[in-house]
Amino acid sequence: MDAVAGGALIGLAASLLLVANGKIAGVSGILGGTLSAQRGEFWWRLSFLTGLIFGGFILQVFAPEVLRVAGPALPWDYIAGGLLVGIGTLLGNGCTSGHGVCGISRFSPRSLVATCTFIAFGVVSSKIFDWFHGPL
Amino acid sequence: MKTIVAFFSGLIFALGLGLSGMTRPQVVKGFLDLGPQWNWSLLGVMAGAIGVHGIAFRWSRRAPSPILGPRFDFPTKSVIDGRLFLGAMLFGIGWGWTGICPGPGLVGVASGQQEFLLFVGAMIIGMKVFQLFSRRFL
Repeated sequence: MDAVAGGALIGLAASLLLVANGKIAGVSGILGGTLSAQRGEFWWRLSFLTGLIFGGFILQVFAPEVLRVAGPALPWDYIAGGLLVGIGTLLGNGCTSGHGVCGISRFSPRSLVATCTFIAFGVVSSKIFDWFHGPL
Repeated sequence: MKTIVAFFSGLIFALGLGLSGMTRPQVVKGFLDLGPQWNWSLLGVMAGAIGVHGIAFRWSRRAPSPILGPRFDFPTKSVIDGRLFLGAMLFGIGWGWTGICPGPGLVGVASGQQEFLLFVGAMIIGMKVFQLFSRRFL
């Protein structure tokens, strides 16, 4: 039930940004946008990212267990994964939030295809990871 | 004002990720693993988020403009091409490998754990490399 409630909160956050500012709450697009200076689009993006990390600090203070990482992954796994996520989300114009939540809410066929694709490859990749490192 | 709204949107977004368990890579991998103890939470999160956001989107279709801005910046691309597919594929591989996607990664930075810091650092480098590359060749 926490999952649905947390999801509703995510939907609320994305709705606030859309209804008030007219912007799509896609985290990878917002982060990528701050890295390539586009005039007039920098500060709201940086502010969104600051809010995201500030929310992380609130979680760290009041519910630190939700940020605890467990599992057999090594530093190199996170570096390789981060590189792939960075390149892939900009190439494909979105991640779980932009395509998975905002795009599917708009019934965008592009986002539906992207979401099915990254979930399918996520399943395969997670399985291969388990063969390498042993299951969680 | 728009900057303040963006801050609170990010803040609520982070709390939603934390409440739903999506900030824990092992929960996400528990979904992607499709194992005997399958963790369905990711589907619940998407259902909750799409349910709420779908209403906001329907409102935005009828509204002439957002409350604070001149227009809605909806994505204009509609083509389903190799670029979309390859990008989603690379993202899926990195996501399935680590259990982290961009939102939870940034939220997790606040915990100071090495796993999140390495992931986000590499993600930013990946994005920067892609931008430099695409400016030249794409």
